[in-house]
Parts: sequence; structure tokens; C-alpha cells
Amino acid sequence: MMLSTAATAALAESPHPGRERETQLIRLVRQDCGSCHGMRLTGGLGPALTPAALQDKPADALVQAILQGRPGTPMPPWKNFISGPEAVWIVDGLKKGFPDVR
Amino acid sequence: MSVRLAGLFLALAILSGCATPTLRGTGDLGVVIERATGSVRIVDTTHHASLARVGGLGDLSHASICYSRDERYAYVFGRDGGLTKVDLLRRRIDRRIVQAGNSIGGAISPDGKLVAVANYEPGGVKVFDANDLSPVADIPAAGADGKRSKVVGLVDAPGHKFVFSLYDAGEIWVADMHDPRHPVLHKFAGIGKEPYDGMITSDGRFYAAGLFGEDGVALLDLWNPDAGVKRALVEFGRHGEKFPVYKMPHLEGWAATGDRVVLPAAGKHEVIIADQQTWKEIARVPVAGQAVFAIARPDGRQVWINFAFPDNDTVQVLDLPTRRIVQTLKPGKGVLHLEFAPRGEEVWLSLRDENRIDIYDPDTFARTGSLPAESPSGIFFTVRAHRIGL
Ligand code: HEC
Repeated sequence: MMLSTAATAALAESPHPGRERETQLIRLVRQDCGSCHGMRLTGGLGPALTPAALQDKPADALVQAILQGRPGTPMPPWKNFISGPEAVWIVDGLKKGFPDVR
Repeated sequence: MSVRLAGLFLALAILSGCATPTLRGTGDLGVVIERATGSVRIVDTTHHASLARVGGLGDLSHASICYSRDERYAYVFGRDGGLTKVDLLRRRIDRRIVQAGNSIGGAISPDGKLVAVANYEPGGVKVFDANDLSPVADIPAAGADGKRSKVVGLVDAPGHKFVFSLYDAGEIWVADMHDPRHPVLHKFAGIGKEPYDGMITSDGRFYAAGLFGEDGVALLDLWNPDAGVKRALVEFGRHGEKFPVYKMPHLEGWAATGDRVVLPAAGKHEVIIADQQTWKEIARVPVAGQAVFAIARPDGRQVWINFAFPDNDTVQVLDLPTRRIVQTLKPGKGVLHLEFAPRGEEVWLSLRDENRIDIYDPDTFARTGSLPAESPSGIFFTVRAHRIGL
């Protein structure tokens, strides 16, 4: 019971892009982010985006990295394809362990 | 032995008898990576058929393949450090090891005896016996600053060599493998920032590394290594606007035709045509997006180009003599790779998001076939066994 309460609380905090869009975002992260970060997000040219790798990193900075990219590195800006709330949802997912493509 | 058991053995004997493959060559076979399921498909290019699916190969995002010189075995390099030797005739895994934490590709030595893997983590190259995958040599890639570097762009080269680039350190190393257990390294430092991939021309003479952090390519003339690494095609990077790169371009030997080399540029929606001997720019051709692969038809007349997200539903065909894009195709979503049949009469495209492989006639641009595959990425035909750098 404890677990499901905690899960509900976490879900309530993070914005919900909606079921269909979530499926698209999961695909995008696994496939297109995966081309640099690895499909299992364990790292490639870009660093690992696993819960362990991200645990000490502030969510804001990660959201910024996704939206604005990291100039001077291969990390490109995604703001034309991913909205602010969607980036927050992605970072939330990354920190918890990102879902697999359904 | 019970009657039932005896019956079972008999059935097995008959089954395995039936499964004995008829004699066949492997010159018209290939392997397609199914990246999401950690499996590969063995395909037959003569009959447009999928012969078998082999699973259990681990994380195959960004996987690539090279072939044994008898074209029987495919060495599959996985993202998770897995190195799997697949038997195309028995249609199963022959041997498999996990040799590092994170890898990017590999190469086979000219004599077919050594398989080398480029590793991100721990950064370096590991060399294995092509027969049993036992370790032969370990080359940690510590740059001039002493730090381990990710290794990219690993290729074989004439003279029993492997050549590769150090992404973080900005170096190119040539490993002479005459004594396989004791590679002799020739290091070129300060070649430019962030080499992200490398290729060798099909004559084995020039090794080129694309630079992400700087303009142009770092070029090593292997016939004249003492001249050092030079920068080529610098202007190409400098002119005009730079776009974000949603997928890193690939440099591959297929882009060189003998007298021309066609390269995608990082951050440009153009490909460059250069002279393969002088590496001087001949033309820049605007294309539909960030090019990922530029693959020449074996006769060198056409070059087929695919693109990074968000243009990965598009393929363009460059006619080399006229230097014009003569065809724009929309084959489907997620075009990840393309591979020509050995003599170029057809080209296979992998459509990741459509879960299929499509086959096109490069003369008419008509689709002539299609095969199912789950999230297909790389397509590799056995003809690569006899190409330098593939
Ligand atoms: C073309 C390659 C590439 C692609 C595609 C890419 N990234 Fe990155 N990413 C990088 C690199 C390289 C870095 C490291 C940047 C640096 O050195 O600060 C990075 C950094 C990050 C970081 C910061 C990590 C940290 O530890 O600070 C996040 C978060 C991130 N990427 C998320 C994503 C997401 C989400 C996507 C897809 C929507 C994506 N990336 C696609 C290359 C890429």
C-alpha cells in the first residue's frame, strides 16, 4: 500500500502529456535520444541517463539541457520538438527509471 | 530405454536430418540488426527472403558487423560490449563474449585472424582471436593528457593494421598488428577536437576522421604517415549556418568511389563531393536535412543518402556526374540504414518505425520487395568481407 501511495504522489507532481503523447515521447527517448545515449540509456557518445547516473543532478539543469542543448557539445536543443512540461516529464521518468516502448 | 524415449530420439534424428542444410554459399547472404529485440535476421538477397532470426545478442543500439573472410561468420558488435560470432550456415550463435561496458563498433584484420572492438567504456581497443574470441591484445586509449578516451572510427588497413580515433583526446592511432600480442602504436596527437567517426578509402590509402568540435576532417595518408595528419575540407564547415545535429553522421568506406568521396557534414544540410586523391572540394550539394549515411552504388554513379531526426523518413539520390539530387523518396518512418547488393542492382533500406526492410531498384526507384523485421537498423551484406575498412 505504501508503494502505491508514493507512486500516486509522484505522478501527481509530474505533468501528464497524455497517453498517446507519452507513447511518442517514450519512443523518441529510447530511439532518437538512444542514438547518442544508448537505447538502454546506459550511455554512448552522450553520458548515461540512468537513475544512478542522474541521482545527484538537479532536475532543472537536466530539463534545461534537453530544451536548450549543451552548446559546444553534441547535445542538441530539443525545444522545437519537446515542450517544457514534456521535458519535465522526461526528466522525472529518467530519474525513476525510464519506461520501455510499449 | 522406454519405447517413448526411443521414439523421441528417432523423431529428433529425423528432425535434425531434415534440418541439415543443403549445400550453399554465403555470398548472397546478409545480416540485419533488430535493435530493439537484441536479435539479428539472416537474409538471402537472391530470394528476398528472411532465412532465420538469431536472438540473445544483447543491446544492439548502434550495432555493426564485419565478416570472416570465408563469409560464413558475422561478428556483431553490440552497444553493451557484447561481441557475438554468428554462424550464417548453422543460423545460430557460434560464440559470444561481453568484453567491455560500452562499445561502438569493430573491425577484422586483413588476414581474418583478429577481430578488434572499439570501446567507449573503458576507452580503448580490445583485440580477439577471430576463431574462438579469446583475448589477444588490449590497447587502452589514454591520450597525451593521460585520460582514457572513447574510441571511434576503428577500421582495418593494409599492412596488417588497425586505425582508430580518440574522441575525447583528439588523436588518431595506427596499431601495427604484425605481432598480434604486442601491437606497435603510431600516435598522432592534436588532430582536432572531437573526432566522432572515421573511414578509410576503399584503396586503403586515406583515413579520414570527421570532427565535431572543429571544421573539416582530419586526414592521414597511410602511404605517407610521416607527413602527419592534415586538415582537409575546412571551408566546408565554416560557411553558412550550423544546424543542431540530432544524430551523428557516419563516415563509411562506401562513400568513396575511387575518384570521388562524398561526405555528410555535421551541422549542415549539405553533402560535400571531394576528390579522393587530393581531398579538395569539388561541390557542395544541398540536401533534405542532416545527412547520416552517404552510400555510393558500387559503380560509383549514384550516392544514396539518409537523414537524422526529424527528416529520417526521407532518402535522396545524388547523381554524381551531374552533382544533382535526382530523386527524393519517402520510404517510411525511421530510415536508419541502406545497403547495396554487391553489384548495385538493388538497394535495401531499413525502416525502423515501420518494422520492415524495403528493397528498391536504383534505376527506376521502384520498390521491388519488402521483408518484415523488428525495429531494423544496420543492414550488412557478406560482400563486406572482401572490402578494406568494412
Ligand atoms: C547527437 C547526440 C545526442 C542526442 C541525439 C541526444 N543527446 Fe543528450 N547529450 C549528448 C551529449 C554529448 C551530452 C553531454 C553534454 C555535456 O558534455 O555536457 C548530453 C547530455 C544530456 C543530458 C545532461 C546529462 C548530464 O549528466 O548532465 C541530458 C539530460 C540529455 N542529454 C538528455 C537527452 C535527451 C532526453 C535526448 C533526446 C530527446 C538527448 N539527450 C539526445 C548527446 C546527445
